[in-house]
Amino acid sequence: MSNLSHLDKLEAESIYIIREVVACFERPVLLYSIGKDSAVMLHLAIKAFEPGPVPFKLLHVDTTWKFKEMIDFRDKVAKNFGLSLIVHVNKEGLQRGIGPISHGSKIHTNIMKTEALKQALDLHLFDAAFGGARRDEEKSRSKERIFSFRNKNHAWNPKNQRPELWSHFNTQINEGETVRVFPLSNWTEIDIWSYIKLRNIEVVSLYFSRVRPVVSRNDQLILVDDKRLAIRKDEKIEKKKVRFRTLGCYPLTGAVESEASTIDQIIKEIEISDFSERGGRLIDRDQIGSMEKKKQEGYF
Amino acid sequence: MSLVLQTPRSKETANKKDQLRFLTCGSVDDGKSTLIGRILYDTNLISRDNLSQTKKESERYGTQGQELDLALLVDGLQAEREQGITIDIAYRYFETEVRKFIAIDAPGHEEYTRNMVTGASNAETAIILIDAEKGITKQTKRHSSIISLLGIKNTLLAVNKMDRVNYDQKTFLDICEDYKTFCRKLTEFHFTAIPISALKGCCVTKLDTSIPWYKGPSLLEVLENIDVSANITDAETRFPVQIVNRPDQNFRGYSGTLVSGKLSCGDMITVHPSFKKCQISKIIEPTGPVKRSQAGKSITIVLSEEIDISRGDMITKSSSKPYVVDQLAAHVIWLDHTALLPERIYDIRFATKETTAQITTLEYKIDFESLDHHAAKTLKLNEIGFCKIALADAVAFDSYDDNKVTGSFILIDRETKATVGAGVIDYGLRRASNIQWHNMKIDKRLRSKRYNQKPMMLWFTGLSGSGKSTIADKLEQKLVERGHFTYLLDGDNLRHGLNKDLGFTDKDRIENIRRVAEVGKLMVDAGLLVLACFISPFKAEREMARLLFNNDEFFEIFVDTPLKICEARDPKGLYKKARSGELKNFTGIDSEYEAPLNADIHLDAGTQSVEKLVNQVLKFLEKKI
Repeated sequence: MSNLSHLDKLEAESIYIIREVVACFERPVLLYSIGKDSAVMLHLAIKAFEPGPVPFKLLHVDTTWKFKEMIDFRDKVAKNFGLSLIVHVNKEGLQRGIGPISHGSKIHTNIMKTEALKQALDLHLFDAAFGGARRDEEKSRSKERIFSFRNKNHAWNPKNQRPELWSHFNTQINEGETVRVFPLSNWTEIDIWSYIKLRNIEVVSLYFSRVRPVVSRNDQLILVDDKRLAIRKDEKIEKKKVRFRTLGCYPLTGAVESEASTIDQIIKEIEISDFSERGGRLIDRDQIGSMEKKKQEGYF
Repeated sequence: MSLVLQTPRSKETANKKDQLRFLTCGSVDDGKSTLIGRILYDTNLISRDNLSQTKKESERYGTQGQELDLALLVDGLQAEREQGITIDIAYRYFETEVRKFIAIDAPGHEEYTRNMVTGASNAETAIILIDAEKGITKQTKRHSSIISLLGIKNTLLAVNKMDRVNYDQKTFLDICEDYKTFCRKLTEFHFTAIPISALKGCCVTKLDTSIPWYKGPSLLEVLENIDVSANITDAETRFPVQIVNRPDQNFRGYSGTLVSGKLSCGDMITVHPSFKKCQISKIIEPTGPVKRSQAGKSITIVLSEEIDISRGDMITKSSSKPYVVDQLAAHVIWLDHTALLPERIYDIRFATKETTAQITTLEYKIDFESLDHHAAKTLKLNEIGFCKIALADAVAFDSYDDNKVTGSFILIDRETKATVGAGVIDYGLRRASNIQWHNMKIDKRLRSKRYNQKPMMLWFTGLSGSGKSTIADKLEQKLVERGHFTYLLDGDNLRHGLNKDLGFTDKDRIENIRRVAEVGKLMVDAGLLVLACFISPFKAEREMARLLFNNDEFFEIFVDTPLKICEARDPKGLYKKARSGELKNFTGIDSEYEAPLNADIHLDAGTQSVEKLVNQVLKFLEKKI
């Protein structure tokens, strides 16, 4: 028999991790962010338990500033696969009118994402939460364990992580403590796309290049997704052929000019690209050591 | 030095490339992060935005003056960049035309060795960095021993900072000779030595004229061609059951990763530890049903008949047997600031099986400098020892040499839930099966019936002078009046006889409680109601005692009297002695009492009368005896 391919090995490792969580925790949940990584993670979760159903719920923390297309896609996926989806919005933040344009990325992300996530985890008493983060995305993520322990306040202590040997994950926690679990830790951006192609997994069409209305702001191309994006006097809406390498809140996620409208073209484009995947993410750069600080506070 | 190289590989297509996971280790400041940064930089794998951010950070934190500090490409944590050291392992993903790589950058500080162990457990090869100016250090030896223990056989010795010794060949050869001498004591340990300068980029990805006497290969070439393939598909079949998949009445499957070997529909398999045999009727992979599957795949199997299988069981082909025993010998590396305590109960986790374990014998610990064996009573953080371990249940496992996944385990502290140790199994011990528990015809059930009572252990815990003995004494009288058969075990009585060799150090206190609990267990087996009165200050030891009994046989009674009152009573004058320093390790004064949080009975013994407290216990026992 031939040796397993690289993707076969990644697939098996991720499924093993997902099953471990279900075997060892009482109330797991899958953090579904609608992006390509979430799509792969969800596919693996379905495969891990077939012919049975997925034995946990999906949670989407909605900042109310996601691309419209993402929300439609989210609801379609939940319906098609018969999944139980919880959508959580930080109501208090919404009442205060917190948003990325009015308050900036730092405050918006903290209140509408990090705080909202903690609210949802506490509300539903989830003891393990799957996230689609990968170690190749960002420097502080490259330091994180697969089973990442969080204290009662959901905080990550990067200086004192649990040893993690072989595939023997320590799944024990005391009351009130939780873990974040990252089944895709060892996947790279190209692995994700190669797997999406191999298994024919559906992803939001925002990843594929199309002519879209954008404005240029702070060196980023921002999609004009709804009327909340006030167009300034010195700006003008242009029609450009763009796609997104990563998806977040639309005013905080820059589009890239691209001709890649198929998965093969996307893979080719990434291979020769001079920019990193999260280059379009403003939240990674709003302070030095930015992502690490957000993670310590409880961001995914 | 032995070069372990294959014929050079050709350019492979993206999906066919294999992947090499390698660890970089060495002392602080040997340049590990700089080396990985150098490889990424030279192979053009740094994106423009990351490079510009690193330039920004180099100006602020860099250790290379105005030049780009390559280490900052890798050190991901704020504290690491500020202090210029690596605290935790970082994973870096890159590929060349030949191979895909995961570079695992391990910290050099002794304090963070446990993070290095984490990285080493999943690496296939390792680069051991040595500073040419300093030569072999204690940390070089420590890391080499750990790498060898974890089964990495082929390594690279990178003698770095050659620029600082004027690229001198003799310096390089001397270091190689020293290292070779050290490695003779490690089993099957091979290395390829390369002189490099990560800072200047010489001999890392390409050879350099500054070292004309070195003819190659470069470090990257070695990484691209080193052969570490372990043929797990041809190994004995091991399938640890991860979950039972039973969505409805019509389907019952067993899911997990096929760790090694192959499985086909129709194969006869054996389930361990029950030794039940059965045939495979169906195998499902993520893409659907298949006729056969191979090592490394995540599968779900269906059997021809319904037999009792649960998570933690191991399925093998009927022709091959793992160890299925409750004792083993293993090398353990300690990963926690609190030292290993022999006799203490830890949770142990194998591939998918969890149970409890006790280190029964610590044979020796290893001195990293000389690799000699030394007698030891305990293992401290980062120490490696050879131990005998007793398990609560029979478990199926292999030796680490035969199978890394089914031949290893981690130890978990029952209270803090921290991962405190990791073990690689040398062999299983058959001893337990030789002294099997004698199944007598007259058993506990029969004796219980004859005495007309349910035998049990009532465990009184509390400070000295809290009233444990007084309450237990009164309670025993009441029980005997009602026609029960009892026995009272008292700390003072036992210390005059069975335990007279024990003092009051933490270790002796643990052994004291272990003996008491074992004696109590025999008495419960004899059909008695046993009352045990011991300060038993540590939660872990009370828990150890509880584990010896069935759930409905052990009840913890917390005699909760405030320290002030105990000290005022001071029936034996002990508090006075402890306060004056005449008595050491006295619970409540200079030794901790860990109060039970979930005692079965909580006696408020500071305010209630003995009569009332005894009635409270009797009421609790009413329907249980």
